Amino acid sequence: MRITQGAFSFLPDLTDEQIASQAQYCIDNGWAVSLEFTDDPHPRNTYWEMWGHPMFDNPDAAALVMELKECRKVYGDRYIRLVAFDASHGWESVKLSFIVNRPTDEPGFRLARQEGRGRLVRYTTTPYATDRAAGSRYGA
Amino acid sequence: MTKSMTITGAARYKSGVMEYKKMGYWEPDYEPKDTDVIALFRITPQDGVDEVEAAAAVAGESSTATWTVVWTDRLTAKEKYRAKAYRVDPVPNAPGQFFAYIAYDLDLFEPGSIANLTASIIGNVFGFKPLKALRLEDMRLPVAYVKTFQGPATGIVVERERLDKFGRPLLGATVKPKLGLSGRNYGRVVYEALKGGLDFTKDDENINSQPFMHWRERFLYCMEAVNKAQAETGEIKGTYLNVTAGTMEDMYERAEFAAELGSNIVMIDLVIGYTAIQSMAKWARKNDMILHLHRAGHSTYTRQKSHGVSFRVIAKWMRLAGVDHIHAGTVVGKLEGDPATTKGYYDICREDFNPMRLENGVFFDQHWASLNKLMPVASGGIHAGQMHQLIDLLGEDTILQFGGGTIGHPMGVAAGAQANRVALEAMIFARNAGRDYVNEGPQILQDAARHCLPLKQALEIWKDVTFNYASTDSPDFVPVATAAE
Repeated sequence: MRITQGAFSFLPDLTDEQIASQAQYCIDNGWAVSLEFTDDPHPRNTYWEMWGHPMFDNPDAAALVMELKECRKVYGDRYIRLVAFDASHGWESVKLSFIVNRPTDEPGFRLARQEGRGRLVRYTTTPYATDRAAGSRYGA
Repeated sequence: MTKSMTITGAARYKSGVMEYKKMGYWEPDYEPKDTDVIALFRITPQDGVDEVEAAAAVAGESSTATWTVVWTDRLTAKEKYRAKAYRVDPVPNAPGQFFAYIAYDLDLFEPGSIANLTASIIGNVFGFKPLKALRLEDMRLPVAYVKTFQGPATGIVVERERLDKFGRPLLGATVKPKLGLSGRNYGRVVYEALKGGLDFTKDDENINSQPFMHWRERFLYCMEAVNKAQAETGEIKGTYLNVTAGTMEDMYERAEFAAELGSNIVMIDLVIGYTAIQSMAKWARKNDMILHLHRAGHSTYTRQKSHGVSFRVIAKWMRLAGVDHIHAGTVVGKLEGDPATTKGYYDICREDFNPMRLENGVFFDQHWASLNKLMPVASGGIHAGQMHQLIDLLGEDTILQFGGGTIGHPMGVAAGAQANRVALEAMIFARNAGRDYVNEGPQILQDAARHCLPLKQALEIWKDVTFNYASTDSPDFVPVATAAE
């Protein structure tokens, strides 16, 4: 399967040049870009690990792409996303987020159903990858 | 401008009938206070009624006046409580119609109650005989009053954070046919649409609890579909479960069940009434639930320019009342929506400050004082081939709902959903990358269709679909042309 989180998961995987075009758009809007990675792609796993701080004072997308290349060297077996943060009043949150690196194999999620009273069902979504210990999930 | 005609002293309270403009409801020198509520009415006086008297009558009937002088006025701080018509302008290119500006003291209104506000502003006065017609065009709500309302239960920013979806419009579809599907069949449409790529599916306004599908059946099958699609895609999904019912008790019961099942959103219809909407907004805030509002019924009073209430006023009331989503027009789709007027509605939903923009039908500066923003929803007769126009006209913080444009796809519901999602992402990507996406839109879609067969088919089947009809509710003012020969 292919996880469809982020703004561009329905497009073919982006080249570094394409990633730079989006990062530059964010920077030009005054948003701070950064990278985050994880090996737990649960849709409610909000806090992916941060690859450094948001680049608040960086004017050039090339620096982001350079960081991405470094990040891939260490965590290339995991999901990496670009996050653009807008600190202006009334938003103060993420303005754009999309996946820039994926594991070669995405095994997907198990949907567990716990049958309750009447026809009530409690649902639990679990990434198959998290059956293994953190750090050894996508077999680098 | 006509001078004040107010009669003062004992003569003012002599028993009998007196013209409204002489009773203190016409005060052309009045300067509205920052804390006043201001209403702008379009008035069409009966033949022989002058516009100042008509405006004063509206001010009187929507505040303290009755048809005759009453001495009991003198037991009150009457000058304060009288609404004051302070300005009357002829409507451009509309003989017999006038814009009347009326200021109301804040003490006339109960804090945090749309019902109380509207009982005055659109109460008896709309049936008043000296007027042929009356329309509430716009309102200026003072910050002091705005702050007495909860506002949207969730708001655009927190909704996006909860859904983990940033930087693009959200995608939805209304399940069709809107009536007749069983719960099991209904859930099938929800599953296919969400799995295919939509963020949300939606009950239609008149899906409540009917013989072909009772509400619990719908909720149970829909949540199976939502959870299954979420596991298939790794992405948060939702479906607007319509909890509209005959009584508040029934609505709470349905909303509680939706919450128990883990739904992230519930839905109500405008026809449930202002108080019920405010109650559901409070419930939604308390239960971490997004609240979707379908504006069923609004066209009965918003569409004709001579009489009723403008939708921009409804949008303001709904922002105060506290809904998170509101249907606000598509411009290019099948339902009424002039582009300039629709922009005014969208700004009211999404900005913290609306400057006066007559060309968009916005007559007042309006401060929202950090009240949450709500997501305008574009729904009705739109399809993937219009993606560049939709993004250009409606912006990024909106929900694009392709009902027929998803479910009517020749390859099936999931394929229709995928076509819409690919078209959306390709267009946002192109915009961010600096392309002239409005003019190059058709080419951008064709290029994206090369790696997406369902999009290719969608573009082919709906390529000639447009809804070009004259709007009935267009602005009265056009921007002044600058010299550009």
